[in-house]
Amino acid sequence: MSVTIAPIAVAERRPRTTLRERIQEFVPKLVLAPSFLLVLIFVYGFNLWTVFLSFTNSRAFTSFTLVGLANYEKLWTWTFESDPPSSWYTAIVNIGIFGGLYIVFCLALGLTLAILLDQKIRGEGILRPIYLYPLALSFIVTGTAWKLFLDPGIGLEKAVHDFGWTSFKFDWVVNPRMMIYCVAIAGIWQTSGFVMAMFLAGLRGVDGEILKAAQIDGASSYATYRRIVIPIMRPVFLSAIIVLAHMAIKSYDLVLSVTGKNPGGAAELPSTFMYSYTFTRNQMAVGSTSAVIMLMTIAAIMVPYLYSELREKHR
Amino acid sequence: MSAADLVTAPPRRFHSGHSVITRVVIYGMLLFFAIIYLVPLLVMVMASLKPLSEVTGGNMFALPKSPTFAPWIRAWGEAAIGVSDTAGISGYFMNSIKMVVPAVVISTLLGALNGYVLTKWRFAGHKLVFGMMLFACFIPFQSVIIPMAVILGLLGQIGNQLTDITGFAFGFGNPTVNLVLCHVVYGLGFTTLFFRNYYEAFPTELVKAAMIDGAGFFQIFRRILLPNSTPIIIVTVIYQFTNIWNDFLFGSTFAAGDQSPITVALNNLVNTSTGVVEYNVNMAAAIIAAAPTLFVYVVAGRYFVRGLMAGAVKG
Repeated sequence: MSVTIAPIAVAERRPRTTLRERIQEFVPKLVLAPSFLLVLIFVYGFNLWTVFLSFTNSRAFTSFTLVGLANYEKLWTWTFESDPPSSWYTAIVNIGIFGGLYIVFCLALGLTLAILLDQKIRGEGILRPIYLYPLALSFIVTGTAWKLFLDPGIGLEKAVHDFGWTSFKFDWVVNPRMMIYCVAIAGIWQTSGFVMAMFLAGLRGVDGEILKAAQIDGASSYATYRRIVIPIMRPVFLSAIIVLAHMAIKSYDLVLSVTGKNPGGAAELPSTFMYSYTFTRNQMAVGSTSAVIMLMTIAAIMVPYLYSELREKHR
Repeated sequence: MSAADLVTAPPRRFHSGHSVITRVVIYGMLLFFAIIYLVPLLVMVMASLKPLSEVTGGNMFALPKSPTFAPWIRAWGEAAIGVSDTAGISGYFMNSIKMVVPAVVISTLLGALNGYVLTKWRFAGHKLVFGMMLFACFIPFQSVIIPMAVILGLLGQIGNQLTDITGFAFGFGNPTVNLVLCHVVYGLGFTTLFFRNYYEAFPTELVKAAMIDGAGFFQIFRRILLPNSTPIIIVTVIYQFTNIWNDFLFGSTFAAGDQSPITVALNNLVNTSTGVVEYNVNMAAAIIAAAPTLFVYVVAGRYFVRGLMAGAVKG
């Protein structure tokens, strides 16, 4: 990094008073304090508040009557209520399907694209931005586009019929049982470029000498990647999986826009479950309980990761 | 070299040349994926330029036979959105701008100051403070949204009282102000992270030298740090702009009707249950909603990628 120093007004050197020094010592903390206070209140305070609500019988309005673990027991029972499935059961199954597909396909696509892009190809500067642009879109726009694209009446199914394959059928986006897969498709389309960028950075960080040595030893490209490059990139896999998992849990807008406001709760996820129980079904306590479960899951993923990242930096 | 620089830097040439067939396969796959990533956007653009009959009756991959800008004009100024009286999405577009500009400016400025304090004016416990702010980036908003609703409700009541007394609400209860508050608070973690990592690499000796010369806390920040912060300011502004513009959850919860940001208006427009679905108008609206962030991506893609990577892999 090149550093240019703007001229500082040359202050005449006067002996610093203790008062000045003392103020000087306080200023940085004073500057940081409002931000930290905001975070303390709006993040940690609010989280605790939500935890508190999950132990009350709050419905449309917050209540202070404690009911112990009743809400957690409710969600626990619902977890196994499969026939007819409770909304929570659907949400759990769906987050499994959506999260699993989302993580696996984003990793697979991201790694494939990164390896392909790293093969001394021409036009990388044009191709790479194409894989990345969906990230600039909002999930609502992505969902709107995919809803039209997959609509059997005017989208993909109709187009394939027009091309002559008339028995082709693809109605997932309007089929309640398959909707969640369409959400996954749109999500993968949106995020896989990001994973590609992470892997590409990883690939380009691999020491060239190791690769040269492998080549001299006569290893094929495939073997080099399989045996050397991919194992070296293990930390990138870890980062990518953690980032994707936390994005999957937080997915909310995408479900609403791909499915058209989640009709009948067919594509329910914990995030939409929380919202509908809190704001439309007036069961705020149950809603907060599901929010606490989401928070705990994300904390279980992120806290160890952030802890190790912060430690590594200051070894 | 940072992770993002590795992505955007030209590839290192370590492989021996692939055979012609391998090259063809590599380019073929890359092009295939490029088309997959581009097609939803292209279909969206084409649908927005067709009359409705051509969208519902024709092939979505076909070029518009009689291109028209009418859907764009309708989307911008005429289309009915939900039950609101405001016609077209132009008003909501302005709502988003009014929300994004202050939120980005405030959160970036606070992030810069926080990053400065956390690297150049360290105090006991600085790591814990940073860790707590960092975790705040990753919480699911579901776990803070109920307390936020309660607090914003209170602010609204204060606003009403103030209006009764003075005739002005002073921003209390104003949906745009509320959303700015949300986005500043929950964006602080990221902006602090960006500036902290950037200033970490900034030579502390320069700061020390300035201190000896008698420069104060703010003088050092303004004269030494800020003039050298242009790249990270661009990265942070782009990252915050994209995230806040694309937000849906806060917008849909805390701003109703005419005050909604564009993402919420788009979702209401697309999922309206009354009348004929005007797919072409919906697509035009979606492109308008995506235009600002896409534009930023096109003109400053490098910085966009850097922000993404910095938000995922610290370092």
